[in-house]
Amino acid sequence: MKPDPQSAPVACETCPSRPRGGLLRLGLRLSHWDYVVALAGNPNTGKSTVFNQLTGLRQHTGNWPGKTVMRAEGGFQFAGKRFKLVDLPGTYSLLATSPDEEVARNFLLFGRPDVTLAVVDATRLERNLNLVLQILEITPRVVLCLNLMDQAQRLGLQVDDRRLARDLGIPVVPVTARYREGLDALLQAVYDVATGAVVCRGYRVRHEDPELTRALEPLVARLQRAFPGLPNARWVALRLLDGDERIIEAVRTGEFSEPAPARNETPPTPAPPVTATAT
Amino acid sequence: MSSRGQSQREEILACAQSLRWELGAQFHEKLVESIYADAARIAARAVTRPGATPRFDLDRAIDRLVTSRRWGIPLMVLLFALVFWITIVGANYPSQFLASLLVDRLYPWLREGAAALGLPAWLRGLGIDGVYLATAWVVSVMLPPMAIFFPLFTFLEDFGYLPRVAFNLDNLFRRAGAHGKQALTMMMGFGCNAAGVTATRIIDSPRERLIAMLTNNFSLCNGRWPTQILIASLFIGALAPPYLAGLVSAAVVVGVALLGVLLSLAASWFLSRTALRGEVSTFSLELPPYRPPRLGQIIYTSLIDRTAFVLWRALVFAAPAGAVIWLVANVRVADASLAEHLIHFLDPLGFWLGLNGVILLAYLIAIPANEIVIPTVLMLTVLTTRLTGVGGGAGVMFELDNPADTLAVLRAGGWTLLTGVNLMLFSLIHNPCSTTLYTIYKESGSWKWTGVAAALPLALGFAVCFVVAQAWRWLGAG
Repeated sequence: MKPDPQSAPVACETCPSRPRGGLLRLGLRLSHWDYVVALAGNPNTGKSTVFNQLTGLRQHTGNWPGKTVMRAEGGFQFAGKRFKLVDLPGTYSLLATSPDEEVARNFLLFGRPDVTLAVVDATRLERNLNLVLQILEITPRVVLCLNLMDQAQRLGLQVDDRRLARDLGIPVVPVTARYREGLDALLQAVYDVATGAVVCRGYRVRHEDPELTRALEPLVARLQRAFPGLPNARWVALRLLDGDERIIEAVRTGEFSEPAPARNETPPTPAPPVTATAT
Repeated sequence: MSSRGQSQREEILACAQSLRWELGAQFHEKLVESIYADAARIAARAVTRPGATPRFDLDRAIDRLVTSRRWGIPLMVLLFALVFWITIVGANYPSQFLASLLVDRLYPWLREGAAALGLPAWLRGLGIDGVYLATAWVVSVMLPPMAIFFPLFTFLEDFGYLPRVAFNLDNLFRRAGAHGKQALTMMMGFGCNAAGVTATRIIDSPRERLIAMLTNNFSLCNGRWPTQILIASLFIGALAPPYLAGLVSAAVVVGVALLGVLLSLAASWFLSRTALRGEVSTFSLELPPYRPPRLGQIIYTSLIDRTAFVLWRALVFAAPAGAVIWLVANVRVADASLAEHLIHFLDPLGFWLGLNGVILLAYLIAIPANEIVIPTVLMLTVLTTRLTGVGGGAGVMFELDNPADTLAVLRAGGWTLLTGVNLMLFSLIHNPCSTTLYTIYKESGSWKWTGVAAALPLALGFAVCFVVAQAWRWLGAG
């Protein structure tokens, strides 16, 4: 929590669901920023719509998978902090078999965003979660934007965002981006993860194959020794076992040991699972 | 980096390499499977469907119709025909209004004003007869069709229809040896080829991506729709009884667009069996749900992002082109103007192609942007036929506020139905505009393939026009 020096701490002012001053769209004014936020998700989940709503830019949006093939950047200010928002290409996975997947993955891995905003289609949760689980392997600092809630309602689907937040260990915010519903709560969640007010404990995929576990253990240990503080040693190990050329290259050149941008690190002690703080 | 760190890292890689052999080939599948299993489990816990029996599913009912084997493609053709019909019929009135405002009223006023200010004749000619009239022309010819066509197209896009078109065409593209996603990039090309070329990034295999880039130009782009619509209404719509004219013109434009799709398939087939041989890769195409289109968003996207963008680009190229046209029309070499020499020089080639020197010169002047071909053609035609009733001297674009006048000018310039047909064909099949070529170069990183992208359609366009012209004359129709 940020203490307020001006006045005595009143309960309302420290409440996490209190709106912290409105959104200021900064468009392309990106001279300096406090936090970097990556925008990831499957194609056609409304990433570009969220991007436009937050930055005030006019990235072309369309009901059309694969609309965004390039990385777009914009800025916004919320609660006095400046955020750089990077819109990544929509992908179904991060196994990097195509250029757009590689762009998205490399940014999450080497760009080390402070927060990754994963936009998912609430009506296609199962398929969308495949990508979210892969993102969580790379970084736990994720906020799930449960978009297209109006569509889910139209289809008679009930999505339990609190349960999802518990299961995934990250804040989950239901949103209908095209009508700006839920964006304030979304911004608050991004802000909380960025400042470290909320600590994510991202769910990790269970690999039950004993052979795989045996292979992973020595590799993960070695990686952690060579790159202290690497947040995703297990994922890097899996990629090495899969023979991923780009990751092999990054290990060889020592790219992983480059210092990460200043941020509040995750504490080593396991924190209790986070529920969505703003719903 | 210390050498110790270096050896430590090499050791990790060696370790991974040896473990990799132990794990075997099933490893990757197992990995993906466990991700899918976890995703399914978490999603199942979070999502509940209260209604036991699903209600009537409108999305699936629509999909069953528009992507059906039998009705999918005919419905698609009908839908696009409807869009063009609305465009053609609706664009007439605003076009007339704009022409009478910009050309009938404002133009004489500007001329008199400039004369009163005592500007020299050459400056008045260059500025008002050249630059102003060229831009006024582009606005009145292009703005109304675009302002109608783009909102309709964006409506279909926002509603979610375009991926269904890709779904319908996917099978054809696969059989042509191209990637199914090429159907999507082709649809993007119907807006702008440069955008379509950029969109080929969604195709993973470099071979299939290159095919998609090289054939994108066969999708009629923004800049060429107005040419098609105008010529179709003038030459072919005019042959039909008046109440059918709009319908016939629309059908012809759809026919040209479909021909483009066929050529795209044929060129892909040819390339994938000659220079770009290889395996066809598979992919899964997700059909997004239909979403109620947002009117505000549609109007913004289509008018600001598309109409204004294309119009601005056309104006930026039209202004200097207007100056160039005025200059070639007024700079005299020996006994005739430069334009007349050039047209005279190009005429024999034009004759063999069923076109004429005016059209070829217009395409040369309009290389930067397809948008200004028609205004240039009209201006050069008036110039060479020396029509006295219209315009105000060499290189002056004239007032043509109804299509019948335009037709009269073209007829006087020796145009026949064959010229109209071949102009439509040549407009479909020629080299991409300079912006698209530059994009192809940036995306492919190869001058060689950029060269192929320019030469292939141009050669094909010459061949098609030549064959059509010879067959036409042989049959005695023209």
